[in-house]
Amino acid sequence: MKKIEAIIRKTKFEDVKEALLAADIEWFSYYDVRGEGKTRQARIFRGICYKTSCIERILINVVVRDKNVEKTIDAIQKAAYTGEIGDGRIFIIPVEDAIRIRTHERGNIALYNAEQEK
Amino acid sequence: MISDMKQFEKKIFALAISIFAIPMTVFAQGATSAINSGNTAWLTVATILVMLMTIPGLALFYGGLVRQKNVLSILMQCLMCTAVVSLMWIFFGYSFVFGKGLSGSTLGFFVGGFDKIFLHGVTISSVVSPAHVPEISFVLFQCMFAVITPALIIGAFAERIRFSGFLLFTILWSIFSYYPMAHFVWGGGWMQQLGVIDFAGGTVVHINAGISALIMALMLGRRRDYRPGKPIPGHSVPFVFIGAACLWLGWFGFNAGSGLTADGLDANAFLVTHVATCVAALTWMVIDWIVNRKPTTVGVCTGAVAGLVAITPASGSVGILGACAIGLTTGIVCFFMVAVVKTKLKYDDSLDAFGVHGIGGIIGSILTGVFASKTVTGGAEGALYGDWHQLGLQVVATLFTIAYSAIITFILFKIVDKLIGIRVAPREEEEGVDIYEHGESAYNY
Repeated sequence: MKKIEAIIRKTKFEDVKEALLAADIEWFSYYDVRGEGKTRQARIFRGICYKTSCIERILINVVVRDKNVEKTIDAIQKAAYTGEIGDGRIFIIPVEDAIRIRTHERGNIALYNAEQEK
Repeated sequence: MISDMKQFEKKIFALAISIFAIPMTVFAQGATSAINSGNTAWLTVATILVMLMTIPGLALFYGGLVRQKNVLSILMQCLMCTAVVSLMWIFFGYSFVFGKGLSGSTLGFFVGGFDKIFLHGVTISSVVSPAHVPEISFVLFQCMFAVITPALIIGAFAERIRFSGFLLFTILWSIFSYYPMAHFVWGGGWMQQLGVIDFAGGTVVHINAGISALIMALMLGRRRDYRPGKPIPGHSVPFVFIGAACLWLGWFGFNAGSGLTADGLDANAFLVTHVATCVAALTWMVIDWIVNRKPTTVGVCTGAVAGLVAITPASGSVGILGACAIGLTTGIVCFFMVAVVKTKLKYDDSLDAFGVHGIGGIIGSILTGVFASKTVTGGAEGALYGDWHQLGLQVVATLFTIAYSAIITFILFKIVDKLIGIRVAPREEEEGVDIYEHGESAYNY
């Protein structure tokens, strides 16, 4: 069981979402995030120009079974790619356990809908 | 056939009514012939427009320029400014400015009189001449001016003032700064007697508020997280836009209503107000585009407000040429003040109440003496047409207003700070005054 965190461009979110759904990833969470980086962007406020390194991205957070890790990474990487600096990162983190609140099921079974999988 | 007959009867009946009704209306007008209904109607509309400038206009304009954590403090200050200052104006302010009881005495230099306190003697049949409007309408129109003036200062001390301190300051400032200034210029005081032109409040409203704003910003000190040259952008640019649009709209009542009459002079005031504002907005955009490579929304809104401020004293005395010149000058100078001078001098006028209102007011007041045209004023002329006398008067009035307003604000700040404390604690400033002063946050989910 792995957690996959991906920081992607806001403009690529729709593509990544579709790619993940196409790869049979049933659910994931995402957040608007801001980060600091080397890229500087000019902003103007009442005649004063100032630089900001604040970059806006979307963070996708998905926990998958070990057998699905590669295809998830593949889907994100293909869909989020532009080739320009700033495409983002993918992180893979081990997850100890998962519990489905409704049924008390633990482990891999908590991650997917077994009835639908059949 | 029958229905046709019925319709015919109805028509005859309506005709008969209208024939009888006409002389009755004429008679009704004759009974109150002293009141000019056209002027009264326009003045009432203008009053509503000027009210619109404070709430929601200024409240949204300033509210958008502060951070989320402080937006409610701005809305509250504008709201309570409206409520408190209006009551003060009706209870005694109007008398202090437009009363006649003390004329001739030493105190009469500053105060009109105590004879109209609680609108004593102002009845439904009191008429203000020569406009022939009910005195009550005039009281209300002037009331809106008394409301917006202290509200303008809010921009200077935004994000770091205690609400109680603000209330006390506003009350005292109205009594000791606004009422005397309004008396000097409009209530028959020395400026009016000298012939200073201030059609809609360049000195009384804008220089007065703008200079107070500067003094307040200097005495209160910078916001803790403000670094000169690193602006703190507002939380909602659309709010700024809506606010600026309401101000622009309301300003037509402010300027074009100030003649109290519905005539050519007011139409001209409307025209030049619009022209100067368009020119100032355009000027700001062009400078922004040249200097910072991008035309910005907040910039254009600021430029428009600066133009509105500058044309205010001149709106009853200049033509299109003067309006264009005033708009252009203001756009350039206010940009320079806000973008360059403020950074150099390192003071924190949070929302540029001084840079826009103070400077815009000074430019407008002085340029009135340059571009005043005989074709509009019917008498006084500006330096452009060879008469330097008016320019001299305008400079004297401007300098006096700056000095008077600065001294009064300095004293009042000391008093209020001593009595109840005027600045919030560092922790409250960090987390936002909305929560600590008002117990609310603006955006819940």
